[in-house]
Amino acid sequence: MWLTRPFNERSTQIFLLILIVAVTAVTILHLAVPEGHPLYVSGYTVGLLGKYLTYALLAVAVDLVWGYLGILSLGHGAFFAIGGYAMGMYLMRQIGDRGTYGDPILPDFMVFLNWDSLPWYWLGFDMAWFAFAMVLIAPGLLALVFGWLAFRSRVTGVYLSIITQAMTFALMLAFFRNEMGFGGNNGLTDFRELLGFDLRSEATRLGLFIASAVALALGYWLCRAIVGSKLGRVCVATRDAEARTRFLGYRVERFQLFVFVVSAMLAGVAGALYVPQVGIINPSEFDPIFSIEVVLWVALGGRASLYGAVIGAVLVNYAKTVFTGVMPDAWLFALGGLFVFVTVFLPKGVAGLLERRARRRDDADVMSEKEATA
Amino acid sequence: MWIPCYAVTTRIVTCLLMGLLSWLPMTAAAQQQDGQALLEALDTRSFDDKAAAIDAIIESEQSRADVWLQALLDSDLQRLKDDGRFVIALETAGLDVTIEDALTGEAMGEVSRRDLDRLTINNALRSQLRSAISLVELYNGDEDARLDAAEGLIGDVEEAQVEPLTNRLDEEPSAAVRNRLNQALAVYRLNQGDVDAVEVLAGSLNSNIRVALSRAAQSDDPLVVDAATAALADIEQNLKINRAAETLYFGLSMGSVLVLAAIGLAITFGVMGVINMAHGELIMLGAYTTWAMQQLLPGQPGLALILAIPAGFMVSALAGVAIERGVIQFLKGRPLETLLATFGVSLILQQLVRTVISPQNRTVITPEWMSGSLVVNDALSLTLNRMYVLGFALVVFAALILVMRRTRLGLEVRAVTQNRAMARSMGIRATRVDIMTFALGSGVAGLAGVALSQLTNVGPNLGQNYIIDSFMVVVFGGVGNLWGTLVAGMSLGIINQVLEPWAGAVLAKIIVLVFIILFIQKRPRGLFPQKGRAAEG
Repeated sequence: MWLTRPFNERSTQIFLLILIVAVTAVTILHLAVPEGHPLYVSGYTVGLLGKYLTYALLAVAVDLVWGYLGILSLGHGAFFAIGGYAMGMYLMRQIGDRGTYGDPILPDFMVFLNWDSLPWYWLGFDMAWFAFAMVLIAPGLLALVFGWLAFRSRVTGVYLSIITQAMTFALMLAFFRNEMGFGGNNGLTDFRELLGFDLRSEATRLGLFIASAVALALGYWLCRAIVGSKLGRVCVATRDAEARTRFLGYRVERFQLFVFVVSAMLAGVAGALYVPQVGIINPSEFDPIFSIEVVLWVALGGRASLYGAVIGAVLVNYAKTVFTGVMPDAWLFALGGLFVFVTVFLPKGVAGLLERRARRRDDADVMSEKEATA
Repeated sequence: MWIPCYAVTTRIVTCLLMGLLSWLPMTAAAQQQDGQALLEALDTRSFDDKAAAIDAIIESEQSRADVWLQALLDSDLQRLKDDGRFVIALETAGLDVTIEDALTGEAMGEVSRRDLDRLTINNALRSQLRSAISLVELYNGDEDARLDAAEGLIGDVEEAQVEPLTNRLDEEPSAAVRNRLNQALAVYRLNQGDVDAVEVLAGSLNSNIRVALSRAAQSDDPLVVDAATAALADIEQNLKINRAAETLYFGLSMGSVLVLAAIGLAITFGVMGVINMAHGELIMLGAYTTWAMQQLLPGQPGLALILAIPAGFMVSALAGVAIERGVIQFLKGRPLETLLATFGVSLILQQLVRTVISPQNRTVITPEWMSGSLVVNDALSLTLNRMYVLGFALVVFAALILVMRRTRLGLEVRAVTQNRAMARSMGIRATRVDIMTFALGSGVAGLAGVALSQLTNVGPNLGQNYIIDSFMVVVFGGVGNLWGTLVAGMSLGIINQVLEPWAGAVLAKIIVLVFIILFIQKRPRGLFPQKGRAAEG
């Protein structure tokens, strides 16, 4: 069964084990250790770790298309942001009449713009199930239309990268406009509660952290299942020799489209979990630079390994948190240098290093066995 | 309110004229005494009293009356707080104001702005002053000043001015000024209900004439209404053509900027197949070179700009070579990795400029011969700096075409692009060609930066704003095709400007981006795809 196969792989077992141990540890250290103790994990740190986990899920989604399909998407930030906006719209409607202007239906920014009714695309977002469905459907639909157009006409390689970048750039410009009805420059913020839980309480924060970890585990498992299946083999074949795969009789564009849409939906979920944890969504998430940064996380962690994407996302973002706190000016130097260093000296990323060590150990095992038999 | 105001202005103007024409020398001492008293009268809170004071100044036949009026209009007529002397502010630098004595014209050095009281005026006084000054100018100014004055009179002529203006018409040597005066008088006659005046005004694009005509088109006299309506329709037609010409000009100007920004990329990306995300920062370096040259040569912005052209080329070309040798050569045949690595370089360059120079924008001075505009007619004037940039873009483009088609380097570049192994076996040093090509493309980016410094703000983000657009232009035009880049850049510029009036700048940009995304689906190889074996791979 393709869905259960991942559990037989050692890398998946190790990954899930580490994730479970880490989440349990953080939960215990947050709840059971008294405040002020050196091992205590503060609510702020829990929120930060939750944010890293959503970034990790986004990186896994990018790795799925880049690592296994050969599509370098420079626009995955757009899917992330759209998922985030879907969640943001739900949270906005949950504010109800507690906003500054006290309007029971219209969010504050619409009252401010003198709108008298909700735009049609805001309808239904007061219902949680609808909003959560939209978290999947909206980015999925965009990916479907965009991918269908692009893959059908065989736009590949650098060209595809550039038009994905153009896509997220165009969306950023569009969402900056007040007339779009998504809060323009300021985006959506001032959220109160999610499914009845107060977003400012520490318990909700912990809950969101655990939810992000579960989403990451599920997403990782789904991607593993896909790349391990027959469909995954076709994807890798497409990545390595698209024309040859096509001549073998596979409808390459369908495989590409399917995986691209799945990846976009995962990115959407990541965005939806990200928004309640940081408390704001604005058009800067569409910034092409953010999307290209995500690619760096994957490159650093190691392309086509999935767990490498997680390592990369957590490492880079941890470094970013530290750097921007200690010496903000140096961060862009470090990030830029990292881009150059990873692509030139570390083409397989951290995962490549890990695998090489593992292989050497295996080789050593084989050697010692040979020696034993000899 | 309207009628008395009219009367006052008329009187002032007539008096001013009389005063100027029949001016008799007075003793200097008496002048100064009177002058002080006249100016004292201006220092009052009531604007009606001020109007009367202005009136008195004009009637006084003072020799410096016109200087005072101009200074009052420009809010430069001020009073020293401690001794109450009236002064005229000549130049303001921060808090320091250079002043001269209003009565004698004697220079008084610098004082702090805090020591001065400004004499304020309102809009009614302002138009009084302007009308009076324009008449003075019409008699005393040089040809440009007379033309401006005559233009200012269109729609502002009053009964008492008709006679002096008609007289002036006979004396005026310049045909252009006569034409303007005729129009000014015709507007006056039209306001009085004279149908024949329409004939003089027909075809003029001046906005005051249009106002007068549309007012006449709503008057009671059916004859006037018909004539004015017909003339207006004619003018509207003419205006439309002029607006289209203006849109075309702005489109070509924007297109030239896009071509300049993209043409270097067309070489590195299009010909060499190297994705250089730091291309925008090479443009930025060119712009900063211009700024640096102007800092090195203070007071000579024009010379600095001209010297910045070779300097900008060299700086960006060297930076380009450094990028090629330092990063890109290790990533040959891995375009996606090249993209990421050069993006890293672009972040470093941006931050470098922020740290070393400043995160704020720098001001690049536009030399005198590049500022101002070429006035075609009342509705159409073309700014000179944009015209220079347009010309510069075309020159750069032509030079590049020549280099690629007619020189040894161009031949070698094309050979290496088409078949690297074959070219090498023919004795071409491919690595050297790579370096030269990359230097050429980067240098052209530097040239783009020099040109852009004249149109936009020079700051660390300058390059970032152009990188996506540049890629779009190259891809839209067809990779590896310089002509395609030219056509694509110009047409995208024009499309953008045509869309802007009804869609707004941001939406126009979005529409263009979506259009390109869709276009690439239809024709993945751009407008002018490469043909033959070079297209494969």
